Amino acid sequence: MIKAILIFNNHGKPRLSKFYEHYSEDTEQQIIRETFHLVSKRDENVCNFLEGGMLIGGSDYKLIYRHYATLYFVFCVDSSESELGILDLIQVFVETLDKCFENVCELDLIFHVDKVHNILAEMVMGGMVLETNMNEIIMQVDAQNKMEKSETFIFQSTRQDR
Amino acid sequence: MALKIVKGSIDRMFDKNLQDLVRGIRNHKEDEAKYISTCIDEIKQELKQDNIAVKANAVCKLTYLQMLGYDVSWAAFNIVEVMSSSKFTYKRIGYLAASQCFHESTDVIMLTTNQIRKDLSSPNQYDTGVALTGLSCFVTPDLARDLANDIMTLMSHTKPYIRKKAVLIMYKVFLKYPESLRPAFPRLKEKLEDPDPGVQSAAVNVICELARRNPKNYLSLAPLFFKLMTSSTNNWVLIKIIKLFGALTPLEPRLGKKLIEPLTNLIHSTSAMSLLYECVNTVIAVLISLSSGMPNHSASIQLCVQKLRILIEDSDQNLKYLGLLAMSKILKTHPKSVQSHKDLILQCLDDKDESIRLRALDLLYGMVSKKNLMEIVKKLMLHVDKAEGTTYRDELLTKIIDICSQSNYQYITNFEWYISILVELTRLEGTRHGHLIASQMLDVAIRVKAIRAFAVAQMATLLDNAHLLTGNMQRNGICEVSYAAAWICGEFSEHLENPMQTLEAMLRPKVATLPGHIQAVYVQNAAKLFATVLKSQEGNTDSTAAQETSQLMIERLPLFVQSANLEVQERASCILQLVKYIQKLQQKDVEVAEEVSALFAGELNPVAPKAQKKVPVPEGLDLDAWINEPPSESESEDEQPKAIFTKEETKHSRPRHIEVDEKELARRREARKQEQANNPFYIKASPSSQKVYQDTPGVEHIPVVQIDLSVPLKVPGLPMSDQYVKLEEERRQKERAEKKKKEKKKRKEKRSGRGKKHDSGPESEEDITPAHMVDIVTEEMPENALPSDDDDKDPNDPHKALDIDLDNLGEMAGRRPLADSEKLPVRSHRAVEAAKSPGEDGDAETVATQQPKKKSGKDKRDDKKKDKDKERKKSKDEKKKKKHKHEEKEEDLLRGEVHEPVVQSEGISQVAELPTSTSAEVSDLDFWLSNAPVPSNTQVESPPLPLPLISSVNTPLIHSMNYWSVICCFFSRNLSLYCLPMWISDLFFCLVLIFLTLVFFDTASSLKGHITLSSSILQPSSV
Repeated sequence: MIKAILIFNNHGKPRLSKFYEHYSEDTEQQIIRETFHLVSKRDENVCNFLEGGMLIGGSDYKLIYRHYATLYFVFCVDSSESELGILDLIQVFVETLDKCFENVCELDLIFHVDKVHNILAEMVMGGMVLETNMNEIIMQVDAQNKMEKSETFIFQSTRQDR
Repeated sequence: MALKIVKGSIDRMFDKNLQDLVRGIRNHKEDEAKYISTCIDEIKQELKQDNIAVKANAVCKLTYLQMLGYDVSWAAFNIVEVMSSSKFTYKRIGYLAASQCFHESTDVIMLTTNQIRKDLSSPNQYDTGVALTGLSCFVTPDLARDLANDIMTLMSHTKPYIRKKAVLIMYKVFLKYPESLRPAFPRLKEKLEDPDPGVQSAAVNVICELARRNPKNYLSLAPLFFKLMTSSTNNWVLIKIIKLFGALTPLEPRLGKKLIEPLTNLIHSTSAMSLLYECVNTVIAVLISLSSGMPNHSASIQLCVQKLRILIEDSDQNLKYLGLLAMSKILKTHPKSVQSHKDLILQCLDDKDESIRLRALDLLYGMVSKKNLMEIVKKLMLHVDKAEGTTYRDELLTKIIDICSQSNYQYITNFEWYISILVELTRLEGTRHGHLIASQMLDVAIRVKAIRAFAVAQMATLLDNAHLLTGNMQRNGICEVSYAAAWICGEFSEHLENPMQTLEAMLRPKVATLPGHIQAVYVQNAAKLFATVLKSQEGNTDSTAAQETSQLMIERLPLFVQSANLEVQERASCILQLVKYIQKLQQKDVEVAEEVSALFAGELNPVAPKAQKKVPVPEGLDLDAWINEPPSESESEDEQPKAIFTKEETKHSRPRHIEVDEKELARRREARKQEQANNPFYIKASPSSQKVYQDTPGVEHIPVVQIDLSVPLKVPGLPMSDQYVKLEEERRQKERAEKKKKEKKKRKEKRSGRGKKHDSGPESEEDITPAHMVDIVTEEMPENALPSDDDDKDPNDPHKALDIDLDNLGEMAGRRPLADSEKLPVRSHRAVEAAKSPGEDGDAETVATQQPKKKSGKDKRDDKKKDKDKERKKSKDEKKKKKHKHEEKEEDLLRGEVHEPVVQSEGISQVAELPTSTSAEVSDLDFWLSNAPVPSNTQVESPPLPLPLISSVNTPLIHSMNYWSVICCFFSRNLSLYCLPMWISDLFFCLVLIFLTLVFFDTASSLKGHITLSSSILQPSSV
């Protein structure tokens, strides 16, 4: 099970937070801060796993993260997930973002956090991995976006009619 | 109207959308909070509008603010509104917001049930998908119960996109509503062989999650998974399955044997490191489960260790980390094969990555031997000095202690060395593990008699330098060490060289700044020392010296008498009085030393931690019985069980003071003084003592100067453990030399002219003899202690509820078919039936067979009770249930009276499929396990059999079966008295009768919930 997925930048500003277990807003912020603290002080060439912080998890949980340019992608998972598998999953996630946003950068995530959520929803659901095939994910995301577009089109045209 | 719309759209033009909000926040870096609060005000305005687009936009912004840590639960109702929009765009925004901020205690969540149900059955697959995704985040027990059936239907949806989501969400449903597991399981199992790989992967995922918590219930799926493992090419699925097998093998060693070969093949063939790693992991698990009696598995172990070595040597830190992690699992059962890689692991200790160092430390734990312990610990001590972070240093400290103390100090050959290591560890600044070191010191000093003299000398030095060690008292955990030091010096004071000096050290005023429980130990042990000192001084016939000692005690003890800590105060006043009395005797030239030391005579032996628990309760003693009448409730609630020895409690929790402001305090003081002055019975304290009190340094008021030393303290006179390593080497050399000599001698005596063959090899474990005659005192246990295993499982584990026997479900429904009560509650909308009288129920029955999925006994009753408003239905559920229980009971009895088997219609047994013998199932798994080739279809379909008559009476109720027969007989005789035309009114009478009978037999409570109604009971033909 994945307990939480966090994306924050090099300064600890959250760019996306998805908790699959309920925490209060304050705790969530503390977890983000703590996780950032743990992750950011690590060198570039050390391993990408670390034992969970105090707030999230406990002994069974691990933080698995990857650092891309200005962003940290952190997954908090328990022992039923394969560590290397999750690393691959992060890679898939980032590549999918790259495809969907066309050369993704931090700004895309800042301004379109809802879209990032929608993409993530096609990969991980309720803490379990739903789909790992990038093409499949992109197909579903595109289909939903198309639907959204057609709806807004109808909406606008009806407004114009009136 | 038109105007309104125009106005609305103009307003909308000025609304901020999410991008504007983000931009705004970025532009207001200085006053972000202020800006956001104005934004929230705007959002509140937007939410008040009727336009759903505006609302959706506002909710979208709220989701963003939620991420920034703002509580948006106040908008929960608006979120529900947006969720229920018919437009996918808004629906998605609503569900996203809900998934981010709804949780079990969000009360509007109960309003969503019908909306979600509608979305689930929407013709648009993405509506369904979005609803499922959202639901997976905020599903509650109520939602799970109400929607379980809808989701189960979706598991067989035509679109794989929906199927896989439905399958995944079932896990969440199971967690919240465990009753759904049994009815849903057959279908979940079907999905393992779904044509779509995504659905298959989801099903594997769910079953793996379930099986991880309760593996034994899923053993029967092993053949199926085995087939998947050998056929699947999806690495994700493979990893999950292999992980699952890792959880299953400990329960079934035969499974392990079967797995080894395909796993080894995978290890050899796969290029994916993740898969390789999981395979190695599971092979390890298999080998652990087979640990004994399988000689040919050393090859597998070798293979694993070899592969892991490759991982550890890899430049990728991730692989290195995982390699070490897996290595530590092998270590538990096959330490020998890991020990050969000691070089590699020690190398990892120098890694710059802390996680890797920690893993390597874990490994070291299992790799020590008598031979290399000192070497390893020396290396660790070097790391302790170098370590920057306190966490890592603390970890090192605990590891050193763990390594040394493991299996009853098995590997320690020289306890002087160990004591000096412990003393060296006390120099750590700001460690949290002072008490750990302290307990080790105590343990060693008590249990290793030979070391006491040395330990006491060391502790005396520690006490002398205590002021250096404990510079920063309150925060510094290391002061716990002085607890141990004081106790050891006091208890074994006969070994002290200069007891007088130690006594003075223990009575320094500075001691009063130590935590209370340590002071108490100081005071008590000062008394013990005092006894020893007296003895030695009286022996010298130097009465003045003895009197001076008493005088010293009398001077110093009052400081402790005024301690805020009760324990310290009590001990100090007792001892002070005692010393005063002794002084009086001394002035009369009476020899007191003997008597004083008699106070502390006798040896304290260690007691096993579980000893108290293991004292058997004597016969005839009921520990739960009241000795006196139970006190009134309020009293008993207040009373907290108090530990006798409160060392643990007082250690970290300083008494918390309720903060009262100065004025309030002054006012109270004034009031108290007034009261005291007026109270004739109040004995006023003498002014002098009050003054003393104010002058004495109470723990609280002293401004403690914090000494922060950057350089680790080198306390003069303390030993360095390093010297022991050298000594030990020399000693061993000497021993070896002696041994050689002896052997030579022997050889000479025997005149065996052959050359030396084997004595140049490395010394074996047994050759190393301990430096001291170590006699480890074992812990005392009560004489007739009972062996007990007291590892309790956590009762709060949500997965406990999912520990449900799933074998024999579906086609194998022999032992425990699905009872009707276990069927998922279905929303029913057949209001027509409500009006029907029981006589017409035959028709209802036929309808039921035609609408199999919408029926269950329980809901039919729901309808009968009048179809309620859907929202209200839930709230009344509880009440209704109770009523149903009665009805169900009565009507099931009716069924019992029918003495011909009711052939259950196929439609109704939607989930409760046909039973076969259980043994077939069991032998099936056995068969598979004992046969090498994998049968292509192992689950043999068995011929359909009719359901047993009383299918809903479960095995635990068998004892009550005789009641049943009694009731049935009674009832069938009675029935003949009633003729058919009047049967309806009579039926009611009978029901009442039966109910009374039930109550009479006192089975009512036990039958509740087990006996439920089948829909075919009320057929008139059966009467």
